[in-house]
Amino acid sequence: MAAVSALRAPSGGFSFDNCARNSLLEAELGQKGQRLPAARKTGTTIAGVVFKDGVVLGADTRATEGMVVADKNCSKIHYISSNIYCCGAGTAADTEMTTQLIASNLELHALSTGRLPRVVTANQMLKQMLFRYQGYIGAALVLGGVDVTGPHLYSIYPHGSTDKLPYVTMGSGSLAAMAVFEDKYKPDMEEEEAKQLVRDAIAAGIYNDLGSGSNIDICVISKNKLDFIRPYDVANRKGERYGRYKCERGTTAVLTENVAHLEIEVVDETVQTMDTS
Amino acid sequence: MESRGAASLLKDSIPITDFSLPGSFEGHGLRRGFPCVKNELVPSHPLELSEKNFQLNQDKTNFAMLRNIQGLHAPLKLQMELRAVKQAQRLPFLHSSNMALDTLRGNDECIGFEDILNDPSQSEVMGEPHMMMEYKLGLL
Repeated sequence: MAAVSALRAPSGGFSFDNCARNSLLEAELGQKGQRLPAARKTGTTIAGVVFKDGVVLGADTRATEGMVVADKNCSKIHYISSNIYCCGAGTAADTEMTTQLIASNLELHALSTGRLPRVVTANQMLKQMLFRYQGYIGAALVLGGVDVTGPHLYSIYPHGSTDKLPYVTMGSGSLAAMAVFEDKYKPDMEEEEAKQLVRDAIAAGIYNDLGSGSNIDICVISKNKLDFIRPYDVANRKGERYGRYKCERGTTAVLTENVAHLEIEVVDETVQTMDTS
Repeated sequence: MESRGAASLLKDSIPITDFSLPGSFEGHGLRRGFPCVKNELVPSHPLELSEKNFQLNQDKTNFAMLRNIQGLHAPLKLQMELRAVKQAQRLPFLHSSNMALDTLRGNDECIGFEDILNDPSQSEVMGEPHMMMEYKLGLL
């Protein structure tokens, strides 16, 4: 093992050792007119709505990396607990890791208290963690679920502020989705109405925002059941090819043919047995 | 890099060194040695100081609140327990599990970035045993 002259034991967690080097590299590349590679963002439309018996969460499925689509069908609705799900917008890795961490913490907490976890607990854990990192963890979340106190829906911003509302949208397509919600939302909707409303809101985001696209995923959470419908609707379909573009042999006339033999001499032959046990 | 400007006049702000100076990487090394964060006196990231002192600040806030609510005896008792438990450690270059400390702090029921990233028990390098013992005994 390599030994380093350190005076104290290393601690876990984030290490800031490379920050100075990174900023130097960025300055140098900036001089030459190049940029560091961008983190993969989800550039998203996510939305949630509270209906009569529960909560409907919806999300698109496109992940972008700068100006390129990195993932045409990524899953943005993350599992937090059996009765709580969370949609994530922002940096893809941050939302993924944050939701997994909070899911683990919530499971430990539920085992310790012996009760079904509440949505407000997940909300507190998320906002305390995001505030601790002062917005450097780029995760904007829509958290929804049903617990003993009823259905709840929260939106959580990267710096740690939260809102408890009957309908929320986040991500780059949030304005398009919010416009649909503001027009058509009614309190105490039925499940089918709520699903259609969320589908329309996400579709508005997909059609009007470059950062959102592909399919629409829906998650319906109510007291007795959980429906995770992926995909609920395929909004952007790739075009169908109408004809074959392969040319048959003989389309191009052969004028001359010249065959050159490669003289290969076997110099050495070894046989190695594979261990297929 | 962020330019602090008037914000640096505030008492609580952390100064960040401005690295957008022209010059090659090697030039830096010739004049000041290879840039190493541990040698710098200013933090290279706004979160570095707050993360380093996070546990301490949490404890301070909690104990202050406890003192105001329940009186001086409450934080005193808790701190006595914590101190007693911190003494049961392995030698400095070996990794100690800190199980009693975690239980007292409530960290045995939590999982955080310090358990996932840079786990000290999975570290690829170890500290030099002799130097660390000498530092611990105050001989260095």
